[in-house]
Amino acid sequence: MESNNAEHTKIVEALNSRFASSIKEMGEPYGELTISVDSSNIKNIIAFLASEEMGFSYLTDLCGMHYDTTDELGVVYHIHNLYTNTRIRLKTRMPKAKPEIDSMVSLFRSANWQERETYDFYGIIFKGHPDLRRILNMDEMDYFPMRKEYALEDGTRTDKNDTMFGR
Amino acid sequence: MIESINDKISGENYNTINLGPTHPATHGIFQNVLTMDGEKIIRAESTVGYIHRAFEKIAERRPYNQITPLTDRLNYCSAPINNMGWEMTVEKLLGVQTPKRVDYMRVIIMELARIADHVICNSILAVDCGALTGFTYIFQQREKIYEIFEGICGARLTTNIGRIGGFERDFSDKTWKQIKDFLVDFPKAFREYEALVNRNRIFMDRTIGTGPMSPELALNYGFTGPNLRATGLDYDVRVMNPYSSYQDFDFTIPVGKQGDSYDRYMVRSAEMWNSISIIQQAMDKMPEGPYHADVPEFYLPPKEDVYTKMEALIYHFKIVMGESKVPIGEVYHSVEGANGELGFYLVSDGGRTPYRLHFRRPCFITYQAYAKMIEGSVLSDAIITMSSLNVIAGELDA
Repeated sequence: MESNNAEHTKIVEALNSRFASSIKEMGEPYGELTISVDSSNIKNIIAFLASEEMGFSYLTDLCGMHYDTTDELGVVYHIHNLYTNTRIRLKTRMPKAKPEIDSMVSLFRSANWQERETYDFYGIIFKGHPDLRRILNMDEMDYFPMRKEYALEDGTRTDKNDTMFGR
Repeated sequence: MIESINDKISGENYNTINLGPTHPATHGIFQNVLTMDGEKIIRAESTVGYIHRAFEKIAERRPYNQITPLTDRLNYCSAPINNMGWEMTVEKLLGVQTPKRVDYMRVIIMELARIADHVICNSILAVDCGALTGFTYIFQQREKIYEIFEGICGARLTTNIGRIGGFERDFSDKTWKQIKDFLVDFPKAFREYEALVNRNRIFMDRTIGTGPMSPELALNYGFTGPNLRATGLDYDVRVMNPYSSYQDFDFTIPVGKQGDSYDRYMVRSAEMWNSISIIQQAMDKMPEGPYHADVPEFYLPPKEDVYTKMEALIYHFKIVMGESKVPIGEVYHSVEGANGELGFYLVSDGGRTPYRLHFRRPCFITYQAYAKMIEGSVLSDAIITMSSLNVIAGELDA
């Protein structure tokens, strides 16, 4: 990947030299460095980026995704180097049948509730999480509501059938 | 849940109490199950989600302009910052360049909202310490800010202010006068308030050393905003990643030293003075020009054009029915909310609604440290700590 941003080039080179086999795709949409990586190696990659050498010591955001075209689930990480003011977006995908990924709680305490929220809404299992329970929804809930198969409105309703505008 | 805690700490005669969900000393619906040894908190466990409204799910069914009212209800104490953060996110996705006048007008509104939010936090903190008088002095000024919002958009608390691309109309002469008056009146009232509270012996005794936080731990817990700056780190999105022309203004980032409740209070106080200065600078340098960007696909045309011009009618119809074209892509945009970095991660698949919209809500991330912060302190300090963190239930639960 070619980049005009010197920091981005440095990060891409460092990642390519260590994790070339885990990196699927790189890009800079809207100037934001975005890297798609293999979900099985995500912990090593983030641990490397969070080390003193790379300085990405701040987890800005962690959220789930459901890619319904391929029926995959995903986790998106935004990490931030506060010294050089560089942000990276790391994207992972995993099959919906086996949505498992390593927990980041040992690296970032802020991942704790964010992973619980992602589990709550997408059913992604974070391996090594100390307390993986639902957080915003009630404990008795038996489905993961942010997945695309759950329409916002009750699917059994027949009084609303406006096909023209996609409702 | 209560039993599980008792099981873990057995053999001692501890009491378990519920602080919340509805408790007069917590501002909003927060539940904390506390295991107490007399006055001392041995263990705390937070439960959140009482006012969860599934905004991220609702947003996946709404056209972009209809998502602005959802953002109102995140941090409802400073709704305009959320509104404009969202509008800027969409503008970033669309690649829209807003005119300077729009940026400056937005800065004025966002800084007014920041003052309103900090006024609430700081004055209620004093109330929780037993000082009601300061609150009665300063809360009138918050009312003045809401009157300004009302003049601009018709609403006071859940504002839905501005549009994708700018503002629906220019500020009226009355609004400009209200803002000018506010810049004269607020410093007077605020100076009076600070004289009452800042060096008050009781207030200092209650807040200094209460709920302290180290910078390393604060970063690890994902703190941002005044809570992070109180620990001594000068991270401010307005300076790090300037949006809405914040680079044009001259202001400082106040930082604290110990990261305790008093530092958080003082950082917010200093930020309010900075906000006043930013608004003054924006008023002085206010450029002439249009009050909205040229985005016909998203910005409603004037009504008289809709009745007389074909093109305007088409755009009006497309916007109202939510059929405007949106590019495929993903953006993350963040603004400095009143209590931290408020981020919007937006994924568009080219459809009429977002494919995925995630709010990075500073309260949600900050609040997970709360249980750890109060363990080992006394119950009355736990109230002060929560108050000084400025946790807003709407943002916590989304």
